[in-house]
Parts: sequence; structure tokens; C-alpha cells
Amino acid sequence: MNDSREKIIEVYDLVKRFGHFEANKHLTFDVYRGEIFGFLGANGAGKTTAMKILCGLSKPTSGSVKVAGVDVNRHPEAVKKRIGYMSQFFSLYNDLTVKENFRFYGGVYGLGKKEIQQRTRYFLDKLNMQGYESMLLRNIPLGWKQKLAFSVASIHRPDIIFLDEPTGGVDPITRRQFWEMIYEASENGTTVFVTTHYMDEAEYCERVSIMSEGEIKALGRPRELKDKYGVKNMNDVFLRIARNVE
Amino acid sequence: MSVTINIKNLVKSYKKVEALKDISLIIKPNELFGFIGPDGAGKTTLFRILTSLILPDSGSVTVDQWDVINDFKNIRKITGYMPGRFSLYMDLTVQENLEFYAKLFGTNIQENYDLIKDVYEQIAPFKNRRAGALSGGMKQKLALSCALIHKPRLLVLDEPTTGVDAVSRKEFWELLKKMQKKDITILVSTPYMDEAALCDRVALMQSGKLLSLDTPQQIINDFKGNLFAIRTEKMYTLLNSLTAFDAEMQVYRFGESLHVSTSLNPSETKEKITRYLTEKGYREIDIEQVTPVIEDCFLALMNKTMAS
Repeated sequence: MNDSREKIIEVYDLVKRFGHFEANKHLTFDVYRGEIFGFLGANGAGKTTAMKILCGLSKPTSGSVKVAGVDVNRHPEAVKKRIGYMSQFFSLYNDLTVKENFRFYGGVYGLGKKEIQQRTRYFLDKLNMQGYESMLLRNIPLGWKQKLAFSVASIHRPDIIFLDEPTGGVDPITRRQFWEMIYEASENGTTVFVTTHYMDEAEYCERVSIMSEGEIKALGRPRELKDKYGVKNMNDVFLRIARNVE
Repeated sequence: MSVTINIKNLVKSYKKVEALKDISLIIKPNELFGFIGPDGAGKTTLFRILTSLILPDSGSVTVDQWDVINDFKNIRKITGYMPGRFSLYMDLTVQENLEFYAKLFGTNIQENYDLIKDVYEQIAPFKNRRAGALSGGMKQKLALSCALIHKPRLLVLDEPTTGVDAVSRKEFWELLKKMQKKDITILVSTPYMDEAALCDRVALMQSGKLLSLDTPQQIINDFKGNLFAIRTEKMYTLLNSLTAFDAEMQVYRFGESLHVSTSLNPSETKEKITRYLTEKGYREIDIEQVTPVIEDCFLALMNKTMAS
């Protein structure tokens, strides 16, 4: 359904080889504007490889990948301007203040001084963090850091935000607040492309794909997948597919 | 023989941060005991004190008859510890890592092979590969083998499943259950609430405090009030609508549904919510009473702590 929506990511027959090892085997899928797309799979299934290609950090061996209308293979730099990226491990600088982190990333994305100031104020108001501009990131609690990282990744109004295990180690309340931010971004037309090992979060996605051994083994709405495999939750769907046993 | 651990009034601070705030508990012989909580709960600090790697500010810990400060040498001999960050030497092979840990404890691989057999067999095909070239799941199994090679009576595993996919997590817990049968006391910490159900008893931790300590079943039995799972045709606005409905109710997302926790009785709740949502224009309202899981309990306990 909703095929009339604009496609923001178009992957066709994507193959990535490292020597003899095929990390991505003929991946074909689309993601729509404003969609929350869960990109799931076991460790070593090839998710990171595919995500790096989508972000313009690695070139496909063959196949075509278009992100925000740009051919990633030909114009990787143009793609980078249209996307935001955040992971649990790489995001903000601990020895910079909150404001300096916004300024740094705003500068990287080519925003002017005035716009950086406006965007910083906008996000700090939204997070109820006025008064914390000059605090060093290392003194900010983890839950807030993650929300800040998400905001910083959105500073240049990207079409797509890539979130690589954004909620690892976070308490269950903060995890849910984080997902409220994801929903809001999606409502405002930003596409959210997210990986997670929390299978309840897979249920929050509009559609999910599940990778195993370099292939997409399943793709659909959580409800469809649960019906298809006759199981109660996404954890069971995942175990069925990624473990490949009855 | 597995060990008993007695933790009394344990306090530890790092400069301004109180990592452990007066923690007391007893862990029984051969228990598979879980410390469940997010980053910053104090799990790693507690494990480091237990394994005599850091000193507490006050309070005491004994492992059987040994005190963790005065008798640390005895405790180290009988403890297998797998820290959160991998403990392996990345430029040694799988087998070399294992031999190294065996020698460190004055033993060899053959002597205790039956203990590590179940784990090690899964990585043995790669025994000549450097640890740095292993996948995350395999590194984790090698680290477990290394922690077990001297036949410890106490096994301490700090977040062994963090960042690990759901399949490997399940396999890892199956291994732990097998280890427990070899008469070892096992302590595991994890941020994944669903893993609590696999432990004999758990301590739910948050910001250096114990929120609760019991069997997973008892923690669930102690859940106050009634819990409902609600779905409608339109999910996005449902959270806001229900949050605005009744301040007494706790509403939060839970997988494909919203969970509502309330002290009202089931039939009254169903009727009230259905009427309200119908008036608001929601259709296909599906509301059923459900049994809480550990994450529901954790959320309720967190809210209670924040309110007080």
C-alpha cells in the first residue's frame, strides 16, 4: 500500500563483495518519504555494509542505489548533505559543550552562523534544555545525550536520518521518549532508517526488513510478518528468519 | 562448590556521582542471578567491587568466608570474570587466548575441557584465527571460554549480550543454563529487560539503587493495579489521546500496542476507555487485560521512584 508515496531510497540489485566474500547479495528495496523503516538482521548479516553504501561511505560492487534522488555511486558527496547519521558509538564530542557540538555539525553541513543559532535554540527549547548550552557533553546524562545526538543529526533538515542502534543501554522511559522524537520527525516528513536489537522497537516501525547472510529474507509491515509466520511478536519472527530453524 | 555472596550496605562514589547507594543483598549458591538496568545503574561498579578490582567507599562484600578486600587473592582464584568490553588479546589466536588464560591460573586446557566444551566447540573450527578477526558473537563465546578455563566457582558476566542480536542472545542464555548445572554461581548484568525472565532471581537497578529484588515471577506478581494492551486502527495519535484522558493512568508504548496501567477494575476500565476513544472518533478499538512483563514492572518502579 501507499505506493503513491515518493520513494526516498531506491535500491536495485545491490551487490557488495569483499574479495570472494559477498556481504550484500542482490538487495532490492525502496523506502518512502516520511517512513520509519527498521533495518534488522543478525550480527554479521551485512547491515552495516549496506548502510555505509546508502550513506555514500562505500561503493557498491554492482547495482544501483538512489538516496534522496541522488545516485550514490556517482555523487556520494551530494548524498551526504541530504542525510543525517547517528549511532550509539559515534555522535557527539564529549569535550565540546552542547552549543559547540551544534556549531561544529552545523558548520560541517554548511549552515550559516545565524541558522545554526536558530536551529540550536529550536532544539534546546524542544528538549527543555535551555540553560545547558555551555555544559560539556561529558557531564550530560546518557539519555539526554542521545536526544541531543538525534537533534544534531537533524540540524541541516536532512531528508533521511540513519540511526544505528540509537537506544542501546538506555532506560525504558528514555527509550520511549526517543521514539517519540522519531515519530515526530516522521510526521514532519523526515524518513527514519533505523537498526536495533530491541525487537519491541521493530514493532514501532512502519515496515521492517530482516537480513541474514547478506540477503533480505523478509520485508513488510510488522503485522504482515507476524501473520505470515504465525507468531505473536517480532522477536519470534526474527528468530524464525535469522536462526533459520523451525 | 558454588559460592554464597553477601553484600552489605555497599557505597561507592566517583567524585560527585554516587554510583552505588547503600546496596545490600545475598546471592545464594548456584544461583543464576541477574542485575537488570540501564547504563548508569551501577552494575559495572558493583561487579568491579565483587571481583576486587576497585574498592568500595564503605560497606562489605564476602564471597563464602572471604572478604573482598582482605582475602582478594583467594577470591580471584575462584572467580571467572568477563568484563563488558572484550577481555581478549586481539593479536593472539583463539587457541592462544585460551592457553594464556589457562596458564595465568596455573592450569591447562585439557584439565577443564569438559567445562568449556559446549562453548568452545562452537568456535573450535576457528582456533587458529586471531581474536580480532572474529565476529561479535564468536568473540563473546571465546571470552566466556577464557573466563571458565580455570573452573571457577563464581562466574561474573558484565553485559555479555549488549549489542548482540536476538538469535545470539538466545544461544548465549542457553549456554549459561548449561553452565549453571556445573555448580557455578553466575552473576549476569544486562540492559535487556526480557532476559530477566531467564534468571532465578533478579535485582532491578536504577541510578545506584535496587528498585526490586526477587524472582522474576514474584516481581510480576507484585505489579500493582491492572494492565491493559490497547490497539486501534490509528496508533499515532492514540498515545496523546489516552495520556490526556486520565492522569491516574500510566500510558506508554509497548511493542505493537499501548499499555495502560490503572488501579480501576477491569470491566470499568474497558468500558470507560472504549467510550472515550469512540467519542474521539477511534475505530477498531481492541482492548484486553494483559499480564505484565518485567519491563512493565521496571517502568512502574521507575515512575514510583521519580514521584517520591
